[in-house]
Amino acid sequence: MSIGHTLLGLLESGPRHGYDLKRTFDEKFGQDRPLHYGQVYSTMSRLLKNGLVEVDGVESEGGPERKRYAITDAGITDVSQWLAQPEKPEPYLQSTLYTKVVLALLTGRSAADLLDSQRSAHLRMMRILTDRKRKGDLADQLICDHALFHLEADLRWLELTSARLDQLAKVVAP
Amino acid sequence: MIPEGSLLAAHDLRKTYGSTPALDGASFSVHPGEVVAVMGPSGSGKSTLLHCLAGIITPDSGTITYAGRELSAMSDAERSALRRSDFGFVFQFGQLVPELTCVENVALPLRLNGVKRKAAERTALEWMERLEVDDLGTKRPGEVSGGQGQRVAVARALAASPKVIFADEPTGALDSLNGERVMELLTEAARSANVAVVLVTHEARVAAYSDRDVTVRDGRARDMEHAV
Ligand SMILES: Nc1ncnc2c1ncn2[C@@H]1O[C@H](COP(=O)(O)OP(=O)(O)OP(=O)(O)O)[C@@H](O)[C@H]1O
Ligand SMILES: [Mg+2]
Repeated sequence: MSIGHTLLGLLESGPRHGYDLKRTFDEKFGQDRPLHYGQVYSTMSRLLKNGLVEVDGVESEGGPERKRYAITDAGITDVSQWLAQPEKPEPYLQSTLYTKVVLALLTGRSAADLLDSQRSAHLRMMRILTDRKRKGDLADQLICDHALFHLEADLRWLELTSARLDQLAKVVAP
Repeated sequence: MIPEGSLLAAHDLRKTYGSTPALDGASFSVHPGEVVAVMGPSGSGKSTLLHCLAGIITPDSGTITYAGRELSAMSDAERSALRRSDFGFVFQFGQLVPELTCVENVALPLRLNGVKRKAAERTALEWMERLEVDDLGTKRPGEVSGGQGQRVAVARALAASPKVIFADEPTGALDSLNGERVMELLTEAARSANVAVVLVTHEARVAAYSDRDVTVRDGRARDMEHAV
């Protein structure tokens, strides 16, 4: 995810301090991975240098200096362009799972067991996400659903591959 | 051979249809209040396992124990009585009686257990409320949508306070949003009433509502927690 564009987008509704930006980002998009302060400040200084934000005011009530940032017109244009540009669809052609299955077949290990244990690991994660979805609000539900659909796709591939292991064995390890 | 604390347990079930082995040494158990998903390829024996567990069909060999009693030692009449008093069922389709209204359908298992009409319909409506279909009371199954009918069926399965619910592809005919809603309501209701659920499904997103999953392959059940 582009942290720069996201922070910039958050500034469109009005100027904010670095701390406030971090908190809002974590709340809305951080999920299990909050931003480090270092990331926020290095990102903001890059945006400043590129003229996408400007300093809107500085406070220092006893403590360290706190800058307030505001988005510039160039910044708004940049956010628009980012939103209008479709994300590149992931081709998913470099699959660790596929590599493991083929290696298991090549080395005479049980690919079926490997697929089975991967399947349970996936289902376990799906259970955790389902539970979280059940307890969460709409935003949580949508985030969890996104993850669940991806895991489900993996699972379907695992099942298909299980059903075709004999065929695959003939192709990769004749 | 019966796992400690289990409510319903099957050991080494075998069942053959002509020359087709449907179950080939399947074992299974479920605890009170536990939701177990039964997964596996088409034709692997999931429905056969479910029907055996529910006493709908009799396995050729193997034992099934429910609350300390062996199913095979019961007479047909005792087994039907047990199904009425302790088990609830949700299937993919065609399970509601078309001539009865939705509320009469939900009240039916209670009526069969001897509950008076008024009391039965009052309980039925409470369950329909929990499943958010209480406004469909006077409609007939043919006049409601697939998802609504499925929720009516879940209400019916829960209405007679069963100890075990058997569900065979309960969301099979629904879109994913409706399917998940049915699962959410079914598992929530089951957990709050300490009902065990045996849930046959091929959809991982549905199975993710369970506490545990078992995979059936070639007539044999494998507990995925203890696998590998
Ligand atoms: N009444 C029957 N008469 C003859 N064969 C049957 C009967 N019921 C099931 N079978 C066979 O037994 C095997 C197991 O069937 P079962 O219905 O248990 O599979 P399943 O896992 O539920 O499949 P699906 O996912 O397609 O519902 C299959 O080979 C099936 O053809
Ligand atoms: Mg079936």
